Amino acid sequence: MAVDLSFMIGGEAGQGIQSMSFVFGKTLMRGGYEIYISQDFESRIRGGHSSASVRSADKRIQAVSDKTDILIALDTETIDIHKKDMDSAGLTICDRERLKIGSSNHDNILDIPMERLAVEKGGDRVMSNTVAIGALVGLIECDFDLLAAVLREEFRRYGDKTTEGNVSAARAGYDHAKQHYAGKTSHRLTPRTPGQKLLMTGHEALALAAMVAGCKFVAGYPMTPTTSILEYIAEKGRQFNIPVVQTEDEISAANMVVGAAYAGARAMTATSGGGFCLMVEALSLAAMTETPMVVVLGQRPGPAIGLPTRTEQSDLEFALYGGHGGFQRPVLAPRGVADAFWLTVRAFDLAEKYQTPVIIITDHDLADCYNTVERFDLKQVKIDRGLTISDEEGARLTTYKRHQITESGISPRAFPMQTRSLVMTDSDEHDEEGHIIEDAETRTRMVLKRQRKLDGLKDDMDGPKITLKPDAEFTMVGWGSTYGAIREAAELLEADGVRANVLHLNELWPFPADAVMRALSNAPKVFVIESNATGQLARLMRAETGIKAHKSILKFDGRPFTPAYIVNALKKEVS
Amino acid sequence: MVTASGKVKIEDYAATSAVAWCTGCGNFGILRAMKKALVELQLEPHQVLMVSGIGQAGKFPHYLRCNVLNELHGRPIPAATAAKLVNPELTVIAVSGDGDAYGEGGNHFVHAMNRNVDMTYMVHNNQVYALTRGQACPTTDLGFATKMNPNGAWVSLRPLALAVASDCSFVARGFAGDGEHLAKLIQMAIRHRGFALVEVLQPCPTFNRRNTFQWYSQRVYKLDEAKDYDPEDRTAAFNKALEWGDQIAIGLIYKHDRPLYEDYLGVTKDPLVRQKIDPLQFEPLLDEFK
Repeated sequence: MAVDLSFMIGGEAGQGIQSMSFVFGKTLMRGGYEIYISQDFESRIRGGHSSASVRSADKRIQAVSDKTDILIALDTETIDIHKKDMDSAGLTICDRERLKIGSSNHDNILDIPMERLAVEKGGDRVMSNTVAIGALVGLIECDFDLLAAVLREEFRRYGDKTTEGNVSAARAGYDHAKQHYAGKTSHRLTPRTPGQKLLMTGHEALALAAMVAGCKFVAGYPMTPTTSILEYIAEKGRQFNIPVVQTEDEISAANMVVGAAYAGARAMTATSGGGFCLMVEALSLAAMTETPMVVVLGQRPGPAIGLPTRTEQSDLEFALYGGHGGFQRPVLAPRGVADAFWLTVRAFDLAEKYQTPVIIITDHDLADCYNTVERFDLKQVKIDRGLTISDEEGARLTTYKRHQITESGISPRAFPMQTRSLVMTDSDEHDEEGHIIEDAETRTRMVLKRQRKLDGLKDDMDGPKITLKPDAEFTMVGWGSTYGAIREAAELLEADGVRANVLHLNELWPFPADAVMRALSNAPKVFVIESNATGQLARLMRAETGIKAHKSILKFDGRPFTPAYIVNALKKEVS
Repeated sequence: MVTASGKVKIEDYAATSAVAWCTGCGNFGILRAMKKALVELQLEPHQVLMVSGIGQAGKFPHYLRCNVLNELHGRPIPAATAAKLVNPELTVIAVSGDGDAYGEGGNHFVHAMNRNVDMTYMVHNNQVYALTRGQACPTTDLGFATKMNPNGAWVSLRPLALAVASDCSFVARGFAGDGEHLAKLIQMAIRHRGFALVEVLQPCPTFNRRNTFQWYSQRVYKLDEAKDYDPEDRTAAFNKALEWGDQIAIGLIYKHDRPLYEDYLGVTKDPLVRQKIDPLQFEPLLDEFK
């Protein structure tokens, strides 16, 4: 029997929901299960309602589930809010000594005296959440030692007393559940043989990849959901001498990246839509000066401030076209956590190879979700810095032309003070040396050179992920972080006797028009599934291939797609 | 690293580009002073990076020989800052006009002074927008009428007071009409360890018929000759920076030696641009996710 369970922890902001969901998820990963943790929180520090869903399975999962099997309710509101998500056999763990709840559904409520045990065994009522996690681990017959080890790692920085207090609190919860509720549920996550897995968020994978790829300089202004990237590199980058500069605004951040890259360092910035608005001027500068630049655009629902802590895919067109003057730039959108790693590594190569800005689009869902991934094989990371001038070549040069016109359109790159050659470039239209020009002939040659340069990009693309089935009833098309939900929707449909094709893009520009046309030319009804209100991928696909989607399945409530949501939406359309 | 070879001469800085400034432009004096300062410091062109913005001052680096990043309007400071951080061996000079520095780039201006990266910032202040053909700028004298401000300029910023308030570690003002004095100030600014602001009063013969060479000449006086002036006295410097009208001070207005941002970041030992890329060194970070 396949294992696929969803646990929900809910309460107020400040009750340790994010950290406890992580501790629980990591414990289960070490027990040999695949994990997907999705965070749902409000834009506030204390109070309100927050929850985290920990999904655990014995197969690969990359999406959140609609149903909850076991709920930990740290406040009464959680029980009401998540009633609709509970599986019919679902259980709720709560502290009846503390929460006022009615007597209905008594069988489905497991009372754990969280606060009392936290005070008695842990020494602090704040450890109530740890008691609850201990109880949950006991209930599903996972190994307590795995949990204790994770707790010790996570709380080490708070000192021995807090650490051991938490372990004791967890133990108390574990024992209480064993004693009072043994056999209460058939949901079991008994340890299996663990693999070489890692549990990380999309933005941790991305930030790590940037460092691995040789990013030597990061500048940014904090903005949800990409602050996590800046903070990760700020903390971990110190021992590797990778500075993170917190700038006065995003305009500064983007121009700093241009300055650092011009000076010869791989450089990156990360922001959300609002900050990206301020960066597009520098994006245009990077295109004109042919400066490599990596920009992470972590989407959240807009327009304007929108829903700061929620998810959406509404900045695709902005990423493709933002910036004056009309210029192309590679746009990548990772499918998930592992893809965020490998695509980011590639983004730095593309930026330098084609001397261009590259945009990596993520979203809040991918940014903050934890997913198990195979350990990245760093030996597979090959760095390609493109066409550069070596120190020896530079020493022999009499005149260096930063924007030398070549057949490929790519000019060999040197950096200031690398040799005695001068490196000149300009935001004005310029000649090969980089000096301002006004004449029509040079202007035309330079525009053509810059365009020609990007022709090669097409050959550097992997193409979309395509799963075609001979007897498919329809075709699902999507992009970016929705891959996990769409893939799983196809599986659910198949189990239901409905065959569906899947075409999923993580490279949006250059648009893989040939591959899409080949795949869709004879395909049944095309549904484009994306998290925005305007159908941006559908429009791009039509513009680039002439293929018009039968219909768009859109979601713009700030919450991620779930496989079941997609299945239901499609069933409504095709029935 | 490339080392200096032989004595640097003025001819080493001779540019090949044709100059597109008006006859009589104050920029010519600034250009001569800059070349003189660089030669006297025996800096070679390849050791110098000039990052300029947009405006007549933005063209400045094209008229000598050095590394050039001609940036967007108002944005030379961030790019210059980052270039210095990734390669502290470079002598970095950012060049702006008044609109670039005090208008469009105002936010960068304030925070760069506060941040204190070791670089020089030249601001050519002609009190008018010349490239766009004569509109008021943040430093235009009150009441000065232009096509876009027919009732006369409404505000007049005192940027050097802003600099002192932001604890800029070196604040100086020069005059394009006194090349010797200006060249000395530029040398001091480049030698200074920290963010050095050099504002240059620059007559614009085409769009500013009020603040002319003669107008400035009659008003400027040298602070270095004032015996009782202490540039390390912040209050005195603030008052001096607010002074404008019959008397206009040139020279070193404020100096405050303080720690460098690049030392705080720890990037000065080994230039980041020279560091090898080694993916395998990050293996221990992967372990943290096990």
